[in-house]
Amino acid sequence: MTEPAPSATRLDDDARRADPATFEPRITAFVCNWCTYTGADLAGTSRLHMASNVRIIRLPCTGRIDHVFIVKAFERGADGVIVSGCHPADCHYTSGNYHARRRFGVFRELLSFMGVDPERLTFSWVSASEGAKWKDVVDETVARVRRLGPFDAYHQLAGPALPTDDPFAAMEVRDDRQGGGRGVAGDTTAGPGVSHQAGAPAGGAS
Amino acid sequence: MTELQDTARRLLDEGTVQVVIGWEEGRRGARPVFVRSAADCDKLIFDTRCVHNLATYLNPRRSQVMELGKPAIVVKGCDAKAVAGLLREAQLERDQVVLIGVRCGGVVTEPGAAAAPALTVDTVASRCWGCDVREPASVDVLVGDAQPEPPVTAALDERIAELDALPVEERLAFWTKEMERCTQCYACRQACPLCFCERCIVEKTEPQWIETSPHARGNFAWHLTRAQHLAGRCVGCGECERACPVGIPLSLLNRKLQQVVYELYGYTVSEDPSVPAPIGAYAVDDTQDFIE
Repeated sequence: MTEPAPSATRLDDDARRADPATFEPRITAFVCNWCTYTGADLAGTSRLHMASNVRIIRLPCTGRIDHVFIVKAFERGADGVIVSGCHPADCHYTSGNYHARRRFGVFRELLSFMGVDPERLTFSWVSASEGAKWKDVVDETVARVRRLGPFDAYHQLAGPALPTDDPFAAMEVRDDRQGGGRGVAGDTTAGPGVSHQAGAPAGGAS
Repeated sequence: MTELQDTARRLLDEGTVQVVIGWEEGRRGARPVFVRSAADCDKLIFDTRCVHNLATYLNPRRSQVMELGKPAIVVKGCDAKAVAGLLREAQLERDQVVLIGVRCGGVVTEPGAAAAPALTVDTVASRCWGCDVREPASVDVLVGDAQPEPPVTAALDERIAELDALPVEERLAFWTKEMERCTQCYACRQACPLCFCERCIVEKTEPQWIETSPHARGNFAWHLTRAQHLAGRCVGCGECERACPVGIPLSLLNRKLQQVVYELYGYTVSEDPSVPAPIGAYAVDDTQDFIE
């Protein structure tokens, strides 16, 4: 992985982030394909206005959301993370959301104990018909993280510099499958383009 | 002691097992020993220096142990819980091993002393606080004299409460300082009886989820992952912390998650392999206060 030259954009970005008046939170949302993604899509097609700071990554199920995704998002410069999926009893795979609920109940406490403010994390159930709820989740999270300020403490931990202007640029992974992957991003072989595609409903940041 | 040695001798003589894994007197205190002949059974000891969790030798990652033939292992209460963990997660069949349980009233922090130290609040291992197993119940043979409760030391829990009371930024600063020392040698993983993945996530490189160069950011990802993967599974034997060459207080993380799974799901790690671990199981009415 080659280190990109510091661009004018990136420098501007850092300066903007430092100033509370111009700080725009970078929020990564890991959502399930069946409920929240569709709900976010509904919010988009309903032309609901909402904060444009959220970049969506679509996965098959909240049960597919590994805690390292959240760690990775913070490493790459996310200021906040949303995890959202089907309401209890609505899981397309019967029980994925129940498993996720346990896992994140614990992981949230672990992150907090190690110094990541749980206020930077939002967990929600948003069904396919709850476009309006998705808008609220997005707006509330963005407002909350805006109050907390940039979360540079984590991604600036000692270590080689990582590109942060696009948190997903460096997550590029090889796709060996025939015909390329434009499928659900939960498969770790799916290309990074999916996240940008999926970002459409809530509108991409930057 | 002779009861332990006699039991081992009988098991080897009968041919029930081909190796007995226990502790012996080494040059620097107690150390694990593999006894393969009845004549060597005199070596076996058990006292407050026998801190090692021998269940780690049953970890399927160490297939070379099973190649020696059927083992018998000497287990304290905490070790028996680790064996139960392997049974629960289908990494071991109960008839593949003979368990010799020892009555245990606590151990010290380090096995290095020349003679067995008496247990006091200052010498007892932090993991022994709150230990409810004087006699492991799931064993085939139980040996040793009845033991008193270990001395009460709440040092670990007090430290956790102190950290919990700090502002979140200071907790991050505390752990950053600890993480900066980690060299990602994975001794914590190797010592753990329950870290048994054939291919650890840290060794997966496409994509590379955890940065393997030893800097604070990669180390955070590693320790968050290690702790999370052991949530509700860790028996609190503290071997990871003892194995750590740079002295990272891993027991704080492990104990914290033990508290969390107890508070959220009422789960305490058990010696009964039929009780499912909390991660991997669920209840439809699990708490969801944190979910909008």
